[in-house]
Amino acid sequence: MKRVGMAIKELHRSENELAGELLAVSDRHKADHELFYLGRDLARWSQRHVRRLAEVGRDYGLHLDSAPQGDPAILAAVRQKGAELLGRHHDPAMLVIRDLRGLHRAAAGVSLDWEVLAQTAQALKDRELLELTKACHPDTLRQLRWANAALKENAAQIMVAD
Amino acid sequence: MPERDRIAEPWGTRTPYAPGEPWPVRVDTYLEEGLSEAEVDRWVQSSTILHSNGDGLDIAVKDGRIAGVRGRAVDRVNHGRLGPKDLFGWQANNDGDRLTRPLIRREGRLVETDWDTAMEAVAGRTGELLRESGPSSIGFYTTGQLFLEEYYTLAVIGHGGIGTNHMDGNTRLCTATAAASLKESFACDGQPGSYTDIDHADVIALYGHNMAETQTVLWSRVLDRLAGPNPPAVVCVDPRRTPVAAAADVHLAPRPGTNVMLMNALLHHIIGNDWIDRAYIDEHTVGFEELAKRVADCDPELAALVCGVPAENIAEAARLIGGAERLLSTVLQGFYQSHQATAAAVQVNNVHLVRGKLGAPGCGILQMNGQPTAENARECGADGDLPGFRNWSNESQVEDLARVWNIDPMRIPHYSAPTHLMKMMRYVEDGSIRFLYVSGTNPAVSLPELGRVREILAQERLFLVVQDLFLTETARLADVVLPAATWGEKTGTFTNADRTVHLSEKAVDPPGEARSDLDIFIDYARRLDLRDKDGEPLVKWSGPEEAFEAWKRCTEGRPCDYTGMSYDGLRGSGVQWPCNEEHPEGTERLYADGRFWSDPEYCESYGRDLVTGAPLEPDEYRSMNPYGRAVIKAAEYLPPHEQPDDDFPFVLTTGRTLYHFHTRTKTGRVPQLRDAAPEVWVEMSAEDAAERGWEEGDLLRVATPRGRVEARLRVSGVRPGVVFLPFHYGYWDTTGLAPEGGDGRAANELTITDWDPASKQPLFKTAAARLERIGTGDGTPAAAPTNTGSAPVTREMEPTRGGAPAMAGEDTSGPHGGGR
Repeated sequence: MKRVGMAIKELHRSENELAGELLAVSDRHKADHELFYLGRDLARWSQRHVRRLAEVGRDYGLHLDSAPQGDPAILAAVRQKGAELLGRHHDPAMLVIRDLRGLHRAAAGVSLDWEVLAQTAQALKDRELLELTKACHPDTLRQLRWANAALKENAAQIMVAD
Repeated sequence: MPERDRIAEPWGTRTPYAPGEPWPVRVDTYLEEGLSEAEVDRWVQSSTILHSNGDGLDIAVKDGRIAGVRGRAVDRVNHGRLGPKDLFGWQANNDGDRLTRPLIRREGRLVETDWDTAMEAVAGRTGELLRESGPSSIGFYTTGQLFLEEYYTLAVIGHGGIGTNHMDGNTRLCTATAAASLKESFACDGQPGSYTDIDHADVIALYGHNMAETQTVLWSRVLDRLAGPNPPAVVCVDPRRTPVAAAADVHLAPRPGTNVMLMNALLHHIIGNDWIDRAYIDEHTVGFEELAKRVADCDPELAALVCGVPAENIAEAARLIGGAERLLSTVLQGFYQSHQATAAAVQVNNVHLVRGKLGAPGCGILQMNGQPTAENARECGADGDLPGFRNWSNESQVEDLARVWNIDPMRIPHYSAPTHLMKMMRYVEDGSIRFLYVSGTNPAVSLPELGRVREILAQERLFLVVQDLFLTETARLADVVLPAATWGEKTGTFTNADRTVHLSEKAVDPPGEARSDLDIFIDYARRLDLRDKDGEPLVKWSGPEEAFEAWKRCTEGRPCDYTGMSYDGLRGSGVQWPCNEEHPEGTERLYADGRFWSDPEYCESYGRDLVTGAPLEPDEYRSMNPYGRAVIKAAEYLPPHEQPDDDFPFVLTTGRTLYHFHTRTKTGRVPQLRDAAPEVWVEMSAEDAAERGWEEGDLLRVATPRGRVEARLRVSGVRPGVVFLPFHYGYWDTTGLAPEGGDGRAANELTITDWDPASKQPLFKTAAARLERIGTGDGTPAAAPTNTGSAPVTREMEPTRGGAPAMAGEDTSGPHGGGR
């Protein structure tokens, strides 16, 4: 049972991290409006997961923070300003590839964490935990597919154009 | 013949009819002052160009000039009727401001030049960039107002010749969500319904569709049903009290940006009360369980709160829709240009799928278009699709297209969906697109966040080509301006929102040296020396009829099959595609047999995630097992990205008025239309105005984080908390390009750069705004029409009328029945 708690805790951490990364990528690419808005929309899913994991964690004796970690406003503002200043240049677009690659990796990690938790919940016949994984894991897969699709949409222009 | 003031009475005289009866004929005519029908030299067949309805008309020619129009009694769409924009709009063709010679920028100024110099500059710069940077430095942005033959030629040049993925139309602003929602639900574009569904429906639901102003003749058809025996019930979803809302049995005025929540609440009632067709769902759809679960979770009380609509009104609307025998639904910009556009429009399709109301008379969906030829931009691949509804992510369909064009499939970019407009603007902004060829559209007024758009288009490093009728705001920024011929001055075909194809023949010569868009594109292709794999010219035609024949070959076997049509066959009434050997007379309704074009090998699209916009991979699509079935897709509500707060307490929504089209480049030059709505206004509810002590006619400043607009106040029936601005007004008839100092008058100074992730349609209906009064009126009301959505609510005033110059003939004496 101790390991279940560890898995929940790890997922709570990785979802928090993914939400933070989505927000950071959103800020860094403010001039790319789709990345900006979708990064924020999709971070909300991870934040929702964080809250629900904290609730479930109580059953396993964990005291996880149900409030998602905030992104310091000052840091976000700095990133957004930087993005606006660089918006007229093409070279920084390489950063889009790096950032989407990073997001994809992070989301893939979270997805595997949900797999582990789902398998565990089934083995323990813990309905509540299983329902949680069924409710949340599809969101992670959509985040993962989005990162992949956004990379595909942007890669050619970034790599080929001067 | 009786005459009516058609500015005062935009929908003309009622000709009531009963369900299932043919719509009576009424022939509308307007000729220039002093000219009688008998004196007209020639009548030339065409269709209407200032909206998407596709009303058949004849152009009157007198002494080599266009001198009037008359509706075609035999046409299946309008049975002789015309709207105010059609009756009077042709006068813009004869306006003295028409461009008559090409212009080129020399030492910072646009000066007249000859065609050879202009085209060498355009083709020369294209060639230079192709050599230096490759095709991804070239972009094309076209319109929804050229002809089929022109779009197809442009698509061949761009996708097949130059090999750029960057091609879109301004249909992105108006009809992208129509196409996207059809692709999501039916795996292919193509309007399921027919306008004749109005003749049979017992319930008509209009979602964000102010039909009375956007398609006046179609609304006349509804009004004639409402005036006849056994009229249909009408449900209207619109935050304004439009003429549609005024005629509705139930009017829901949701808070802008909450359409998905409202639709989920309606579906909650429909499915919860078992007003569904289980057999149809089981046999013809996939995905129902997820929808049922999603909407079961939607609490109607919460939805009422979020949407700001009484729960009992939502329930009443659901009861009407759920109880309809013959349900017709229509959708337009209130959904398409709003937050979660595709997700909301798809839910309307879902209503029909769960109720099994498709393919039978009266059971139609009309995911409407805004522009006259939007459908063609989509079919022909000039707007972010591949020609013939081919699927960019299906290798064998791309190979088939390459076979039609006789080129190597590798030449057709298909590594992602063709680049949508807003993304192209981003590439122009970051300097990776260096050449942009704009035809028949005016982005310097019509795109969101104009301050940004003007900066992007004004960049030195961008070579901007503008092909248009007038020196628009955008043309003023161009390096080369090409004078184009328009409707009535060239021949071609175009297809309306219910798949009806019309032939529009040349009536007169274009002014000066202006040329048809088709001739210009062909010239461009010749100068670029684009060739197929046998070394033959890639564009093998030199005139419209040859281009149409080439297009027919491109559509063979595809959903939009034109192979059974010909120019000769289109002389008469319009014909609905698919039209081929199997359906020689065309096809009135799609999906009558419950079979959809969703086979993975055949379908146009594998769809997208409605929230993230990520395209589905082929195997993801196959795993839904859609073969021949429609796809029911559920969606969760997300709050809009920009919401009112203390600084910007109002929701700003923009829209159109009955009397104008787009950026008024035509309608602003027509006295009857110009005078009916001469200047910009801003609408606010009586409640909001009273709270601030503001009155009709006061001068207000509307501000968002992006810009400021000055406009006089019209106290109207708009929902409290919401303000409305018409988007037609730019600067060509004031300061030229942009506001000089001070505030602007284009609504898009204020709008947000944000778009629907699935359809990529920009949002014009959800921004947060602040208002202040900068001057009190002198009692003169705002110059907004009184007989439309801008009707005043607080005081009496002179009603909108056109007087003697707006009197048009109406002949209802002809035989009933008209063309079918």
